[in-house]
Amino acid sequence: MQADTAFGESTSARFLNQPMPLPEKYFIDNKIVKQFGVATLFWGIVGMLVGVIIAFELAFPALNLGIPYTTFGRLRPIHTNAVIFAFVGNAVFGGAYYIFQRVLKTRLFNDTLSKVHFWGWQLIIVVGAISLILGYTTGKEYAELEWPIDILITIVWVVFGINLFGTILKRRERHLYVAIWFFIGTWVTVALLHIVNSFELPFGLFKSYSLFAGVQDALVQWWYGHNAVAFFLTTPFLGLMYYFVPKAANRPIYSYRWSIIHFWALIFIYIWAGPHHLLYTALPEWAQALGTVFSIMLILPSWGGMLNGLFTLRGAWDKVKEDPILKMFVVALTCYGMATLEGPLLSLKSVNAISHYTDWTVAHVHVGALGFNGFMVFGMLYYLIPRMWGTKLYSRKLANQHFIIGTIGILLYAIPLYWAGFSQALMWKQFTASGQLQYQFLETVTHVTPMYILRGIGGTLYMVGAIMAVYNIYKTMKQGSFVANEPAQALPLKAQPMPVAKQHWHSIIERKPVRLLVFSLIVVAIGGAVELIPTFLIDSNVPTIAAVKPYTPLELQGRDIYVREGCYTCHSQMIRPFRDEEARYGEYSKAGEFVYDHPFQWGSKRTGPDLQRVGGKYPNSWHYRHMDDPQEISAGSIMPPYPWLLTDDLNTSTTPAKIRAMQKLGVPYPAGYDKIANDDLRKQAESIATSLQTDKIKADSKKEIIAVIAYLQRLGVDIKKK
Amino acid sequence: MKFTNYLKSIQNVSIYPLISLVIFVAVFVIVAIYVFSADKKRMEERASIPLT
Repeated sequence: MQADTAFGESTSARFLNQPMPLPEKYFIDNKIVKQFGVATLFWGIVGMLVGVIIAFELAFPALNLGIPYTTFGRLRPIHTNAVIFAFVGNAVFGGAYYIFQRVLKTRLFNDTLSKVHFWGWQLIIVVGAISLILGYTTGKEYAELEWPIDILITIVWVVFGINLFGTILKRRERHLYVAIWFFIGTWVTVALLHIVNSFELPFGLFKSYSLFAGVQDALVQWWYGHNAVAFFLTTPFLGLMYYFVPKAANRPIYSYRWSIIHFWALIFIYIWAGPHHLLYTALPEWAQALGTVFSIMLILPSWGGMLNGLFTLRGAWDKVKEDPILKMFVVALTCYGMATLEGPLLSLKSVNAISHYTDWTVAHVHVGALGFNGFMVFGMLYYLIPRMWGTKLYSRKLANQHFIIGTIGILLYAIPLYWAGFSQALMWKQFTASGQLQYQFLETVTHVTPMYILRGIGGTLYMVGAIMAVYNIYKTMKQGSFVANEPAQALPLKAQPMPVAKQHWHSIIERKPVRLLVFSLIVVAIGGAVELIPTFLIDSNVPTIAAVKPYTPLELQGRDIYVREGCYTCHSQMIRPFRDEEARYGEYSKAGEFVYDHPFQWGSKRTGPDLQRVGGKYPNSWHYRHMDDPQEISAGSIMPPYPWLLTDDLNTSTTPAKIRAMQKLGVPYPAGYDKIANDDLRKQAESIATSLQTDKIKADSKKEIIAVIAYLQRLGVDIKKK
Repeated sequence: MKFTNYLKSIQNVSIYPLISLVIFVAVFVIVAIYVFSADKKRMEERASIPLT
């Protein structure tokens, strides 16, 4: 009879004269929530384990055991994709399905769709991981999966959407609680982001080139990358927060008014802030300024949301002392608040000048990922698993220990990395009294290596906490009995009286899910359009520097190997207009230099030095020996060796298809060039092999290393200062 | 050469930041007006949906 209380003041005479309608019985589908919950834990451990491995690889590069599949460059995308899309993704789906059925008082729309959604998503994860290990990648951060998997993601996302909206349409609760809005906003925006950022031209079964090039590609990528954080890691978690925090504290959300402002302000502002990832780059200045302004404005809704969650616990702090679930939620919300204050500060140009490309960004991200996302997920699982198994948590003590070890893990992870980030920035920018750069790049690397070890230990502690959670949840499941179909009842929507009082227009939106969807789409699409369209319009005006020519076929093949090995995870190709960067790397980067870069490879982190003007800096023999064993050339280097490049044959059968694909994308190779491209490739390869022989290196011109050398030697030379 | 030079070649480019500001302020003001004029009791009912 809840609906009667909710609309009690407006019960009409029409209903008073009729017999009381009977509540309908229905069954809540707990099985799908269980499946997503188990998958969350499984992929969580996998993702964290890969994270710990690559953390230690940065201190001990030999940990990749000398094979290609386990290098940092290939494992890092697996770590990010596993944690974001497998761990967090499964948690969001499970949490959404748990919340929707309870708040909307109905079973999920369709059991088959739920199954397709679950198994489809797991298939994407497995195929994605295998393809990344094998080196199939688009080379765009957090969107590395290749085109067949992109299509699969689109299909499964549509299935998820049909299931969500189908459930909303058959609901027995007229009003859509605010948690539902956040999931609607998530669904529609992720769909938009995924489609726009996945525009790519396939030229093989598993390979494609981005439709965009250079500056445009960078803008779209970071519009996507930033909003993946916003709409995959934040908005659905606020949906979880608005349901599970009130439930765990057993009191309503502090202010429902705030939650409405929180929702609209957040989805409206977030979509604009992407360009703050590209400050001081070759991106137009107005776009950079727009990104900064909207990032600062983001503090308001973010902190409003955090305080709304924390204030919900007003008068319940005695419970927080005892309850591991509430403890995790409090730390999660605090980390959300810290990360969303730090984010806007990092988007100030003066701060960004110091923080960008350093480990500061990595620390910032992990405060959000480990603190906010991780603890929200574990708090949620500790809450819903005992309820679905009709029992209590197996060990509250163990959960409290998990909380403590996890919190220490976060601190031990973040603090050394902040330290490393500050050290890097200060050392990179330090000049001697005589005006020379004080430190070689390598010195800045060896200086922070101990911090990398501490970070690895922090990550390991966090993972140990997660393993304790797996054990605790497993024992909870064992001691209870799972209720796959939970009986419930509610009045059908038709039997519920419409409120007689005049309804406000926003109340109507809140009751009309399709309108809410459309409004959300409009709000995020405006942000995306205003931000992206002008940059596309200037396409014809991007300064086509006459000296900048398309890559030769051999260089193109080398570039694809560069992408395959994930070199962009440690090396940037974007020199900012700072004195120290020009002194260290050469003239600052121009937009016109990247017009043939499909995809762009600006990178976001300098674990190694920038490579944009590495061409001509060293002889071919240096690169050959360096790839074979970096430590031999640069003692203390943390780059892993790439000996397979010296032994594996370059696959030249793909050259014609690659040239044709590039021609379609507007790269001005002469007509019919695809047929003779391999002739040019062989000629250039022979000349590099010959130059290596003069340095007493017996190199085979057919090997991959030759293409990599050709690409590296080409980087930045087109407009290099004479 | 600075990128702004190329930006200037877009017709009426200054309209973009203006549009964005106007839309944002409009949405924010409308939502704020709604929220603060909304009925308190109804807000409380909605907030208690998960707990019922």
